[in-house]
Amino acid sequence: MAYNIFTKAVLATGLTFAVSSAFAADVPVQSGASDGMLANTCAGCHGTNGNSTGPSAPTIAGYNPEYFKFSMAAFASGEFPSTIMGRIAKGYTEDEIAQMADFYAKQKFIPAKQEFDAAQAKKADKLHDKYCEKCHEDGGASPEDESGFLAGQWAPYLRMQLADYYAGSREPSKKMKKKMEELHEKAGDAGVEALVNYYASKQ
Amino acid sequence: MSITRRGFMQSVGAATAVGLIGAPHLALGASKKVVVVGGGTGGATAAKYIRMADPSIEVTLIEANEHYYTCYLSNEVLSDERSIDSIKFGYSGLQGHGVKVVHDTVSEIDAAGMVVKTKSGKSYGYDKCIVSPGISLNYGAIDGYSHEAAESIPHAWKAGPQTSLLRKQLHEMKDGGTFVIVAPPNPFRCPPGPYERASQVAMFMKAHKPNSKVLILDPKPAFSKKGLFEQAWKKFYGYGTDNSMITWKGTPSGSDDNVVSAVDVASKTVTTGFDDVKADVLNIIPPQMAGKVAIDSGLANDKGWCPVKLKTFESTLHKNIHVIGDSSVATGMPKSGYAANSQAKVTASAVIAMLNGQEPGIPSYVNTCYSIAGHNHGFSVAAVYKLAEDESKIVSVAGGLTPMDASEEQLRREVEFAYSWFNNVTNDAFG
Ligand SMILES: Cc1cc2nc3c(=O)[nH]c(=O)nc-3n(C[C@H](O)[C@H](O)[C@H](O)COP(=O)(O)OP(=O)(O)OC[C@H]3O[C@@H](n4cnc5c(N)ncnc54)[C@H](O)[C@@H]3O)c2cc1C
Ligand code: HEC
Ligand code: HEC
Repeated sequence: MAYNIFTKAVLATGLTFAVSSAFAADVPVQSGASDGMLANTCAGCHGTNGNSTGPSAPTIAGYNPEYFKFSMAAFASGEFPSTIMGRIAKGYTEDEIAQMADFYAKQKFIPAKQEFDAAQAKKADKLHDKYCEKCHEDGGASPEDESGFLAGQWAPYLRMQLADYYAGSREPSKKMKKKMEELHEKAGDAGVEALVNYYASKQ
Repeated sequence: MSITRRGFMQSVGAATAVGLIGAPHLALGASKKVVVVGGGTGGATAAKYIRMADPSIEVTLIEANEHYYTCYLSNEVLSDERSIDSIKFGYSGLQGHGVKVVHDTVSEIDAAGMVVKTKSGKSYGYDKCIVSPGISLNYGAIDGYSHEAAESIPHAWKAGPQTSLLRKQLHEMKDGGTFVIVAPPNPFRCPPGPYERASQVAMFMKAHKPNSKVLILDPKPAFSKKGLFEQAWKKFYGYGTDNSMITWKGTPSGSDDNVVSAVDVASKTVTTGFDDVKADVLNIIPPQMAGKVAIDSGLANDKGWCPVKLKTFESTLHKNIHVIGDSSVATGMPKSGYAANSQAKVTASAVIAMLNGQEPGIPSYVNTCYSIAGHNHGFSVAAVYKLAEDESKIVSVAGGLTPMDASEEQLRREVEFAYSWFNNVTNDAFG
């Protein structure tokens, strides 16, 4: 595990699974679906086996299971801003989310085939190393990181997340916040956009 | 197909009690055969997911057309937001998964003989048949409307040439003309569809024919995502003002005010319980029923839809035939592409289990439907479902609509995500 910020974030925010009690069903329902049965329901938006064909919905194949569980809980609680995942994440129990986390962790992450600006990508190599590599190892490609993949993730999706972090609607961990601020002071919006191209270039 | 063989397979499955994936192939006897009728959203997904999970099963998909045009996002073809080619899909992806694709029209599914018969005279025996033929249009419900009349008064409720025809009529319409949409009664394919269509047509008019109007004649007192549509119509098209580009005329229950009972094809005039309305472009979306082949094969009830067991989508009328998608009565789920895709996976898993002599697993279903009502203005409905304990209905355990106070940025993102959904769901079915 590259950096154990995830566990700290959970402790710090007191984020827990409110999910299992959130069921609004008016009648008793059957639970106990298999991991594949549960996970395949997501493929219409995230792609077969979690590899999104883009351009904006994120690939979730190969995700670190701890981060997967964390983000589903954060969607359900409203901690993470979302257009639609907040509504969907509430539909699964903690156990079901854990099953899906294991299912997706086993799928191969396929880097997105997308366009990028090579010059910007090159420029951002150093920015990544300096500000982000500590937690997003291997240029943002390590499944050990308790965060989503940055390398090979769909660029429009990363842009949205970065915009939300800078706007304050998605709260980064304290240390990441500090690095993001340093990055912005040093390189400005152009530096952030260069980083997006850097991650998009990893195919 | 002998009872003995099926009995044998069941005992093999039960004795080894293997998981779905990695089940040992049967060494003896011919492989198990699944025939899928209809290669639309539901059928294509089912065929692919069976082959992905159990390649020992021989899957034949019989589809009338060489290409499939998605209905979803076809409203954007009307407004030139996308091309007709962008909603066109072929079957090479499925062939890549080892699905045998046959282009032919199924004339009958013989449940007793367990054989599917086609127009060209071929027969395909099956152990399990999955039927996903979409809808048929009940032209007879509107006096004067017919398959032939649809050549000049399109329904465009099956995408393809009908979409192109309606687009052409909109583009050729004089500025100041009225585009009339006759909405269907419940239940029908894609509940928000007619209202998304009105939005896309108005979007086009605003840019190209600003004096034109859209009029929706609706036999219902309300419609899907009404609050969100009306909010968007106010924002973009002056809805609610004297100069509104869109007018919606609903029908209170018990009345027939805006129920269209007849059409005069030559003058493009429809008769409602209240009035005669003349259109410049007339789009009649007639009442709907299960796909014709499902009805002809005795799979439908007296209302024209196919009742199924909600755990496996096996017909309650005929064994070993599973009906999915728009044709089925999936109590609790709407008739949508996402629903068909989700039901197809539940069914694929159930069919594999049953062919291996196992109990079908507990199902899980999802539906989402995006609507694009203006530039950078999208919204959605989503639901996660589980099966009721008594299996009488599919129950929504979470979900809901885009909130009415969503920010501009959220609405913009929903358009982006709608396009991503389109790419992913079509790739999940056909790729
Ligand atoms: C304007 C519009 C917008 C829509 N927008 C959305 C949306 O945004 N999101 C969403 O989720 N859904 C949407 N839908 C709904 C969606 O298109 C349908 O619910 C979905 O296609 C249903 O899938 P199906 O497999 O049941 O039928 P279909 O996809 O229609 O497939 C049926 C197939 O069976 C074939 N077939 C029929 N009979 C035979 C036969 N006898 N022999 C051989 N082949 C046969 C047909 O050629 C066809 O290819 C929209 C629909 C419309 C009309
Ligand atoms: C209707 C489309 C849709 C469906 C269905 C859907 N998702 Fe999502 N998902 C999204 C979108 C869009 C986002 C981006 C956040 C947002 O705006 O909601 C997202 C984000 C995510 C993320 C965050 C990824 C990251 O890098 O942080 C995870 C994890 C996720 N979804 C898991 C799932 C799982 C598991 C399911 C099925 C149970 C599912 N999604 C079903 C559309 C969908
Ligand atoms: C101190 C560790 C740390 C540092 C440094 C760090 N991050 Fe992160 N990052 C995380 C963690 C943990 C998450 C996941 C949870 C969260 O949102 O806080 C994350 C999530 C993200 C995400 C969202 C991924 C997704 O799938 O939704 C993006 C984008 C991101 N980081 C970009 C960056 C960039 C760019 C930098 C460098 C400027 C950076 N991070 C530096 C720890 C860090």
